[in-house]
Amino acid sequence: MSLAVEELAVRFGGVAALVDVSFEVEPERITSLIGPNGAGKTTAFNVITGFLRPARGRVLYEGKALTGLRPFQVAERGIVRTFQKTNLFHRVSVLDNVMIGLHLRGRMGFLSILLGDRRVREEETALRGVAEEILAFVGLAHRRDEVASALPYGEQRLLELAVGLAARPRLLLLDEPVSGMNPAEKTTVMGLIRRIREQGVTILLVEHDMRLVMGISDQVIVLHHGRVIAQGPPGEIQSHPEVIRAYLGGR
Amino acid sequence: MKRIGPGLLAIVLLTVPLWVGNPYYVHVLIMAGIFAILALSLNLLLGYTGLLSLGHTAFFGIGAYTSALLALRLDWPPWVGFLAAVLVAGLAGYGIGKVSLRLRGAYFVLVTISFAGVIYLVSVNWMELTNGPLGLPDVPPFSLGLPGLFELSIRTKPAAYYLVLAVAGAAYFLCHRLVRSRIGRGFIALRENEALAESVGINGTRYLVLAAVVSAAMAGAAGSLYAHYTRFVSPEVFLFTYTVTMVIMVVAGGKGTLVGPVLGAFLFTALPEALRAVTSWQWQMLLYGVFLILTVFFLPKGVIPTIETWLRERRASP
Ligand SMILES: Nc1ncnc2c1ncn2[C@@H]1O[C@H](COP(=O)(O)OP(=O)(O)OP(=O)(O)O)[C@@H](O)[C@H]1O
Ligand SMILES: [Mg+2]
Repeated sequence: MSLAVEELAVRFGGVAALVDVSFEVEPERITSLIGPNGAGKTTAFNVITGFLRPARGRVLYEGKALTGLRPFQVAERGIVRTFQKTNLFHRVSVLDNVMIGLHLRGRMGFLSILLGDRRVREEETALRGVAEEILAFVGLAHRRDEVASALPYGEQRLLELAVGLAARPRLLLLDEPVSGMNPAEKTTVMGLIRRIREQGVTILLVEHDMRLVMGISDQVIVLHHGRVIAQGPPGEIQSHPEVIRAYLGGR
Repeated sequence: MKRIGPGLLAIVLLTVPLWVGNPYYVHVLIMAGIFAILALSLNLLLGYTGLLSLGHTAFFGIGAYTSALLALRLDWPPWVGFLAAVLVAGLAGYGIGKVSLRLRGAYFVLVTISFAGVIYLVSVNWMELTNGPLGLPDVPPFSLGLPGLFELSIRTKPAAYYLVLAVAGAAYFLCHRLVRSRIGRGFIALRENEALAESVGINGTRYLVLAAVVSAAMAGAAGSLYAHYTRFVSPEVFLFTYTVTMVIMVVAGGKGTLVGPVLGAFLFTALPEALRAVTSWQWQMLLYGVFLILTVFFLPKGVIPTIETWLRERRASP
């Protein structure tokens, strides 16, 4: 098992965002987390990645507890997330966005840097090469010197993906990576996600577009009012009576 | 152009005492150099991590007092005092960072202001150590080497100029290395988007504390140079106006660039002196204010970023 979430509970004042949520994510698979607005999907991401402490329950990654770790420590363990709303280093160039994402791949410490150690320059050159590869992978090589905020929306979302990949995830959590994109862009991103999976990365995806979810997922987990109401392969989920009821709007 | 510019500048800077005869001008340049170190130091926080330290003069003053007291009370050679000033100021930066940076933002501003206030009160009231408001006169001039064996005393203005130039140059190149490294990118990432920075593995608290330590240590170095150059240290080194001056230098020159704060330091050290030469005190303040407002109005991002944007646009549309 890659990731295991056990009996999570999160409350915001009177709102129970998560109530006793448990699910598992299989390694090197694409698992989708779906559910109507406000179901608790982003909250689950925030708990897994250390942005929120759950009132109850725990998160295990490869058998070790993540609960209580800070976000950067979660990233150090190979778990990287993207955000639902566009989230970049806005005034920084496209290339530097990815270079920042490569942080954990760098080894050079404070003293080597101050002393101008030769290895620092070697590492910089190597990292730059990796950054350019990643940019080419998501199709943004031609934008490398532009400021992130100057990119059109769809490309900003691609850059977010590139920044996430730069952190070398073994588990990648994507929170609505294609929301607001046009159909062609969506197809591109879905293709990229498949290729990322093929490189051995486990993927947990939040997405509202059911056609895309059913097309790409190995496993689907359905949240509703902070509870898991169904989980299984896409075929089963599509015909699951509770899921249909949740999506048709019953409270 | 790109090649000869810096070379030319280096030649000019290295030969200044040879063709600037007037010692007063050399003095202005020395003060500009000391402020350049301070501006670079503040810029590391304000320009790269986005943290505003409004008590930066505390680290400057700590450096000045440390170096002066070690020389006066313990007879330590000034260069050892200089290292001690860097160390003690750096430790103070560490302490301030540790207590305030878990909460960040406005909290950091408040802690730095209060810290400067407290340190000022200590310097005024701890008479036995600091001689209170009277200050510490007769601080020995900077010297290199070991007393008794070989000593090179830096008494003349040209000598002091070269010392300050060397330290300012070192500060500049250390900043340059740092901000272009993975650590510097970490600073920028935290300035731009802390949540995203953390989610790619950047330890926010650790990096901000590191920036505070380096910045404070640099300000301490400037303080030590100041003490041995002016040969007098009093609680005035903690005055809030020094901090304001540093902020003006960084913002007007261009925060988040390296040349900007240095340029700002020169402009805003030279300007008051130039005004003093031509007009009365009231007009000086007024003109200084007008100049400042014009800068903010026409160059809101600072001189250097404006020039950079202009050059980029010109290259883009030939
Ligand atoms: N920081 C917060 N403070 C208060 N309430 C919150 C907060 N974050 C989320 N909530 C509430 O918790 C519930 C779950 O929100 P969450 O963002 O996890 O839903 P979601 O499934 O991601 O929805 P969407 O599809 O709209 O993104 C919602 O009722 C939301 O209003
Ligand atoms: Mg959400």
